[in-house]
Amino acid sequence: MNYNWHWKVLLETEPGGSGTYLHYLIVGLGWTLATALAAWVIALAIGALVGTLRTTPLKWVVRLGNLYVEIFRNVPLIVQMFLWFFVVPELLPKGLGDWIKQMPPPWSSYLPAVLCLGIFTSVRVAEQVRAGINSLPRGQRMAGIATGLTETQTYRYVILPQAFRIILPPLTSEFMNVIKNSSVALTIGLLELTGRARSMQEFSFRVFEAFTAATVIYLLTNLIVVVLMRALEKKVRVPGLIAVAGAPQAGH
Amino acid sequence: MDSGFDFDVIQRSWVYLFREGMSFTLTLTALAMAGGIVFGTLLAMMRLSSMKPVAMLAGGYVNLMRSIPLVLVIFWFFFLVPYIGAWVIGARDPIKVGAFWSAAITFTMFEAAYYCEIMRAGIQSIPRGQVWSGYALGLDYWQTMARIVLPQAFRNMLPVLLTQTIILFQDTSLVYVISATDFLGAAAKVANRDYRLVEMYSFVAVVYFVVSYGLSALVRRLQERIAIVK
Repeated sequence: MNYNWHWKVLLETEPGGSGTYLHYLIVGLGWTLATALAAWVIALAIGALVGTLRTTPLKWVVRLGNLYVEIFRNVPLIVQMFLWFFVVPELLPKGLGDWIKQMPPPWSSYLPAVLCLGIFTSVRVAEQVRAGINSLPRGQRMAGIATGLTETQTYRYVILPQAFRIILPPLTSEFMNVIKNSSVALTIGLLELTGRARSMQEFSFRVFEAFTAATVIYLLTNLIVVVLMRALEKKVRVPGLIAVAGAPQAGH
Repeated sequence: MDSGFDFDVIQRSWVYLFREGMSFTLTLTALAMAGGIVFGTLLAMMRLSSMKPVAMLAGGYVNLMRSIPLVLVIFWFFFLVPYIGAWVIGARDPIKVGAFWSAAITFTMFEAAYYCEIMRAGIQSIPRGQVWSGYALGLDYWQTMARIVLPQAFRNMLPVLLTQTIILFQDTSLVYVISATDFLGAAAKVANRDYRLVEMYSFVAVVYFVVSYGLSALVRRLQERIAIVK
């Protein structure tokens, strides 16, 4: 393969004049992380709530939770991005919709991207939370009730603390998925890491340097997340449990 | 969007959407599924191989694919495939590859990493005694795999493989980034031409939902049937 590598391009100034291409990509990583972290907060909050509600004995609450999960699981992420970016502002009251559309550039794509990714991921978190709760022996819940705790107290003091410790490993991989999935936000104009690698390729014509640099940055980010999370997992592991023998799952 | 929801644009364009777009999406899904499962199974066998370098090579490939975003992988292959093609046929300059074949190769290679992990779990779920009895009967490695281990592994993993295929079906919509005319791409073209974004994207979401939900309901039923037989 005759491709002339030209790595020095990373140190050349990008056309926007903000600094070198390398700096341009690192700022992209900043946007990737800012999107992923904000979405993760939403995903954890909604996911924990919906996942827990789906294990309660209330039939209609469970059905409502299932509906939520099915809707956001069966539509592709990029289509959901378009819905949040193009469709939702049109359906909102005119004043609010216009306000969203007229936000200054990165924010007008950042906000829909965060909402979209947060809700998309919340469904997957909800599934993990539900699986974690269901993996606890039934005796735990019964013992909670038998010691005089109310249903809510049983969840608060007995079930949820254990469930969250058990599902930490699958949550780690969900977190890495949010980081990866945030790249879809480039389709609504958010210049995160992949988007910036793409525009670097367009400006400089250095295709493989741009994509190799982005790939390496993603790999390093993953590595850091894995190392940090393994340390956390070790700390909060429930003594006596081997691991949640997670069933093999489909993913993307 | 001043005049309310316009059903007319959907009525005018749905034939085009399905004939051009959905057929692209479904062909791509089918090709990538077939290629991905074959290649993924080979990768899984490599990962479980007792030859360390082979196992490490496959492991490295799978982990690399699983650590970077699909969008970036699509870009990578979109630019890389012309070079690989030139190298294969010995041409001096990168050859021209259309969006469809670029996407087909991308999704095959990318999904192979995910199918690999599923097949690896499937192979590992088979009791070791099955392999030993295969060898005891005088079968070699390939015969044992093809006649004893893989058929059982496929069967056990069938629901997960199909679920992964539903995800693949949804993920093919990302070929939008290389301007391919898949179902979403076709809808986006109509949406931008007629300035009917709300209608077209809502319609696309509904169609994807119906297909994916229907298929996952089928997978759930299959899962129940397999579970009873087992």
